Amino acid sequence: MDPLTLSRWQFGLTTVYHFLFVPLTLGLGWFVAYMQTRYYQTKDETFHKMAKFWGKLFLINFAIGVVTGIVQEFQFGMNWSEYSRFVGDIFGAPLAIEALLAFFLESTFLGIWIFGEGKVPEKVHLASIWLAAIGSNLSALWILLANGWMQHPVGYVIDPVTGRPMLNDFYALVTNPKGWLFFFHTIASGLATASFLILGVSAYHIVRQNSVTLFKRSFQMAAIVGLVAAALVILDGHTQGQYIYQTQPMKMASIEALWNTEQPASFSILTIGDLSGKKEVWSLRLPAVTSFLACNNFNCAVRGVYDIQAQYQQQYGPGDYIPLMVVTYWAFRFMFLIGFLMALLAILFLFALRKDIEKAKWMKWVPWVIVLPYIANISGWLLTEMGRQPWIVQGLLKVQDAVSPNLTTVDLLISLIGYVVVYGSLAAADFYLMRKYAIAGADVPMQESVDVASPLVGAQD
Amino acid sequence: MSYQFLQTLWFVLIAILWIGFYFLEGFDFGVGMLLPFVGKKDVERRAIINTIGSVWDGNEVWLLTAGGATFAAFPQWYATMFSGFYLALFLLLVGLIIRGVAFEYRSKDPNPKWRSTFDWMIAVGSFLPALLLGTAFANLARGVPIDAKMMYTGNLFTLLNPYGLIGGLATVSVFLLHGANFLGLKLDGELRERVHALSTKLYIAAAVITTLLLIGTYIFTDITSKLGINPGITPIAAYLALLLTIFFINRRMEGWAFIMTALHIVLTQVTFFLLMFPRVMISSTNPDFSLTIYNASSSQYTLSVMSIIALIFVPIVLAYQGWTYYMFRKRITTKKESLVY
Ligand code: HDD
Ligand code: HEM
Ligand code: HEM
Repeated sequence: MDPLTLSRWQFGLTTVYHFLFVPLTLGLGWFVAYMQTRYYQTKDETFHKMAKFWGKLFLINFAIGVVTGIVQEFQFGMNWSEYSRFVGDIFGAPLAIEALLAFFLESTFLGIWIFGEGKVPEKVHLASIWLAAIGSNLSALWILLANGWMQHPVGYVIDPVTGRPMLNDFYALVTNPKGWLFFFHTIASGLATASFLILGVSAYHIVRQNSVTLFKRSFQMAAIVGLVAAALVILDGHTQGQYIYQTQPMKMASIEALWNTEQPASFSILTIGDLSGKKEVWSLRLPAVTSFLACNNFNCAVRGVYDIQAQYQQQYGPGDYIPLMVVTYWAFRFMFLIGFLMALLAILFLFALRKDIEKAKWMKWVPWVIVLPYIANISGWLLTEMGRQPWIVQGLLKVQDAVSPNLTTVDLLISLIGYVVVYGSLAAADFYLMRKYAIAGADVPMQESVDVASPLVGAQD
Repeated sequence: MSYQFLQTLWFVLIAILWIGFYFLEGFDFGVGMLLPFVGKKDVERRAIINTIGSVWDGNEVWLLTAGGATFAAFPQWYATMFSGFYLALFLLLVGLIIRGVAFEYRSKDPNPKWRSTFDWMIAVGSFLPALLLGTAFANLARGVPIDAKMMYTGNLFTLLNPYGLIGGLATVSVFLLHGANFLGLKLDGELRERVHALSTKLYIAAAVITTLLLIGTYIFTDITSKLGINPGITPIAAYLALLLTIFFINRRMEGWAFIMTALHIVLTQVTFFLLMFPRVMISSTNPDFSLTIYNASSSQYTLSVMSIIALIFVPIVLAYQGWTYYMFRKRITTKKESLVY
């Protein structure tokens, strides 16, 4: 395999991996901050325990989010040096700002939150969890503005000497609608991810009658937030669709597997393509629905893949401008279905709470809902990133021209295998701890008492 | 503000970020490497980790910000260095990953095997970055093969030359001493005694290797022929600060011993950046291919915007980070009730 393919696999895998942990951090931080605030206001011990219990899970997850994020920050230079040279004038800025404004805030105050209970004034301790939550969400904003620029470049001119884009309007970069649409959708999906984790874990304990008051209260809180978050995700997902229609028509067409331009455009429920992925064999379609998704009316024209491919060949020269449709198409459908499914489930849970949910038979299946947002999150990113192919910066630079030219296949095999091994072990440790503490319930302290530990292996006493 | 002024300003800012990182993570890495050797019992190890528990992540962000700032202000430098030092950086990342996770996970299971595995991950994960950063910086001073297109043409083994390795070992040994001095300040009772006994040995190692590095610098780098900015007495002062450490260690003046290693680290870094200026990467292929702050920087507009942001937010960050150290200024004992897990 060539270095380009390997670099793409490595970037894709490590980033998807990073994003397995990110949404939970983004959403759960707010929950913990809110619970602790309620404790501060009411001195109700249940809220205290709630904040501690969900805080434990938050921290276990957070640890991996942090260490895998460092890899992300370095990878642009390591694997995509030509990309970094090309966009450095613009893209580096949001990354640096993210570190300065967000990572410092998040890491410093989380440190105070973990170690400060009983050592710093209660108000400071409370403020620190809020600041940490704000810090994570701010970091999401800046990185998404960076990513938004790659999808929809704004605020630049092309330098006549080097041919590279140069920033000439920072305000445009910061107000790029693409970035803000990403932000709202991602924040909402983070809240949905946290809500469904809380719903699942709480259901597990409610069925077993552990700390019922605490878990019912958590369950209710999560059902409400989950419903709102799912609704928001659907609404701004729809807005994203309209923006893609305007700015990335090829992504739109590939999401819909729309081969030929249609007016009004139909929505396919199921499409079967041939093995090349570049031709349709058979499909089942709802008339006019894609038109509605793309432009809020049932009659607009949506351009098809062949049409855009022909236009791009004229505009940018010969080449294949069609993304890998199987992925974009199915990823969108998974995400879309899960969005509505989560909204429905949240409504169902809210109704069920009015009766004795402890006794409901179906409650024992509820823990499985935890996986739903994870599937949707990954699908969302696969769609976003793979729908942009072959571009790394839409319309300006192709992925094949972005890779570091000095890397060899051996370099990449070493790092790729290394990441797979390290990340694999981390996943195992994380899953083990999450499961253990989730199941142990609210009465187990954050970490095991030291009494149990005998003198350590490798240390003579 | 003129373009040249902005380019210089960003060189200085990035230098400050690296210096801050070396000073802060220097003792974090030292503490991490010492962990399995100083802490014999579980409570002791927990106490040692807690000396840096609330701050190590914030300290690490200095590195991330240095990386981000380099990307924003000198994209060519970022691109050449990060792709050039690919495998070294990969190993550095592996170190940072296992260390960061181990800090959070080591106490979350009572199994002694689990705990000692993670403790060793902390030690190895602190050693690797220290060694690799030292090696990388020494090579930056010495020059690395870079062609006319700003492309690094060497490989991992190019970096593993004697001078690079001495740089790596010097960094490791100084960080160990710096960490021991920090522990001397933060611990109490028997642990404090144990650290004290160790510092003398660490001092000898650091003094010997640093002397080698100093001599090596005159032989292997072009500092005598082509100075960036004449560093004057800075390197001598750095060296003296290190030698003075033993005086304070012997008198058990832990605060001063720590200040001396801190000074040594800061002044060594200052020397490095003075020698480099205005170059950021020296080409050993042909001096004319070197990357400088003039041919590696982003546009004047980007630098201006970033300057405004940095001038507003850097002081704020410094204020709240400093305040954290103040909040957690008490010594840490091995009394179980007082340990945060
Ligand atoms: C700031 C920029 C940025 C951000 C926030 C993300 N990505 Fe991305 N992504 C890229 C910048 C990028 C890239 C540098 O543009 C890549 C590398 C190679 C490529 O094709 O595009 C890319 C590729 C890429 C690929 C491989 C696509 C392919 O090669 O066909 C996947 C699966 C993802 N990304 C997924 C994600 C996920 C799950 C993210 C959430 C954290 C994410 N990306 C955030
Ligand atoms: C590919 C681009 C990305 C880069 C370069 C990147 C960089 C980083 C870095 C360096 C950290 C560690 C910070 C620390 O030590 O405290 C981090 C953590 C984090 N990142 Fe990313 N990141 C990327 C994608 C994303 C995206 C798309 C989001 C959210 C929408 C995100 C949200 C977060 C959050 C919330 C954390 C906190 C730790 C955690 O996840 O638990 N990141 N990221
Ligand atoms: C009906 C429901 C939904 C619609 C219409 C929708 C729409 C979209 C669209 C069009 C994109 C691509 C944006 C782009 O490529 O520029 C996207 C991305 C994404 N979606 Fe959804 N989505 C829905 C539900 C969900 C759900 C339930 C989740 C997770 C809980 C989710 C998580 C994401 C994520 C993480 C991304 C990538 C980041 C982003 O583009 O903001 N989505 N969504």
